[in-house]
Amino acid sequence: MNAARKVACVVLLAVCVVSLAADWLAPAGFAKQFREVPGSPPSHQHLLGTDEIGRDRFARVLYGTRISLLLAPAAALVSTFLAALVGGLAGYLGGIWLRLATSFTDLFLSLPWLFLLITVRALLPLNVSPLLSVMITFFILGLLGWAASARVLSTSADSLRNSDFVLQARASGLDGPRLFFVHVLPNLKPVLYAQFWISIPVFILSEANLGILGLGVAEPLPSWGSLLRELEGLVSFREEPWRMVPLVLLIVVLTSFQLALSNEELTA
Amino acid sequence: MLLWRIVRHLAAIVGIVLLGGLLSATLVRLAPGFDADEHAFDPSLNAESVRALREARAGEHNILRFYAAYLRGALHGDLGTSHALGQPVQSLLQERWPVTLRVAGIGLLLGWLLASALAVSGCLWKRTAYDLFGTSLSGAFLCIPAAVLALLSVILNAPGYLAIALIVFPKIYRYARNLLATAYALPHITAARAKGLGEVRILFWHVLPVVAPQMIALAGITVSIALGASIPIESLCGLPGIGQLAWQAALARDLPLLVNVTVLVTLVTLLANSGADVMVHMLRPREA
Repeated sequence: MNAARKVACVVLLAVCVVSLAADWLAPAGFAKQFREVPGSPPSHQHLLGTDEIGRDRFARVLYGTRISLLLAPAAALVSTFLAALVGGLAGYLGGIWLRLATSFTDLFLSLPWLFLLITVRALLPLNVSPLLSVMITFFILGLLGWAASARVLSTSADSLRNSDFVLQARASGLDGPRLFFVHVLPNLKPVLYAQFWISIPVFILSEANLGILGLGVAEPLPSWGSLLRELEGLVSFREEPWRMVPLVLLIVVLTSFQLALSNEELTA
Repeated sequence: MLLWRIVRHLAAIVGIVLLGGLLSATLVRLAPGFDADEHAFDPSLNAESVRALREARAGEHNILRFYAAYLRGALHGDLGTSHALGQPVQSLLQERWPVTLRVAGIGLLLGWLLASALAVSGCLWKRTAYDLFGTSLSGAFLCIPAAVLALLSVILNAPGYLAIALIVFPKIYRYARNLLATAYALPHITAARAKGLGEVRILFWHVLPVVAPQMIALAGITVSIALGASIPIESLCGLPGIGQLAWQAALARDLPLLVNVTVLVTLVTLLANSGADVMVHMLRPREA
């Protein structure tokens, strides 16, 4: 492991630990309004100041980081599972199944990702409880983000189907689900892990885009998307530089993800 | 062979566009609140007018019937009327498409110029610091959401196409840099250098032909990325293009508009990718 990768892992770990400690570091919570100091600059009481309705920005950044960092992997899990199901099975079965899955994947990939995302998100109820909005947002990300991974997995499973050890297993009388689950799936694990890790930063970015467009996590729950939405009212960077903290944190976390993933994983 | 390839691509495009349109129409039809019509609560309309409006929308309830009617109309140049904007979809698309074409086109051109210049100069110059600069710059832009770049361009009074350029730049740079580095390491480049050929001649005669097929394929993909990015950029920068129209249609659950925008965007994406594939096929050296 090289130095940059080590530093990236430490940064990711530190951000996760700090966000998990949000209850202790910001006991006031993300929704409490300090109505006497709305829109205040950083102070000892409010390290990053308060937003327009007096909520502590530091607390919101911590809780928002926690939500984004916990739910993006959950969405990645959903998309990787779907990719394994569609791509892995199609590659393993081959023939018409592989052609059908490839065509279906092509259909999905031919629609611009963000376009598809806002369409599906807008189709679902927008006036739901904050907790449900979080679930809906990340579940949609997971549900729609499987296509690229499925393409990679179907190619890997297809090559495994024709490999010597699978042919030998078939010759020994092994077939059907047992062959898939005992011999093919374990050999797809490295690709599955790579696809899982690659999907996390993609989903973090997508949630941020949705949040800024007002289709992400509902208020008062914070997420990186809803925190970045605050930039909309910014006139210049010099005016309130502390409002850029969520963006800097997002860049640091995503850069750390890039550095933490090896080249082999990024190209898998 | 080439003709067969073009026919196959066209057939695939027609199939995928039809399926994509049906998929988006089905999604909208199944969405909660589809039946709700704000005109029903408009006190200025009497019961008869409300009933007439409801009857006008009744055809959309059966998704297959709606889609068949849509296809029939499309063949005659009628793409329906937008519920939210109250205008024919065709005129909306004609009005908005040039804006997206201009913004995405200039953005793509700038992104390609910036990425190619950095990648080529990096390979020619071979300085670790310069390479690190290019990698860090592209890495930083990869980590910024398209919507944030749109907001930053509003704050800095920068044009929208600059945001699109910065969105496509990191993807092109990273791919182009890897391709060029691999091409420069090929034995025939070393032989050309040993024979005393200049760097410019090596680049244009010996490196670019090697990387051209992959770069053309990438060009097709970047069209899709630029169109996807046009949604937040046009919405947040106030540019009246297809991206903003898609955004408005999605929020208003405007079925005819959404289906048409979906079909148009899918069509352009597929045409770009298929065009790139046909060009790659044409450039491939023929076997003797």
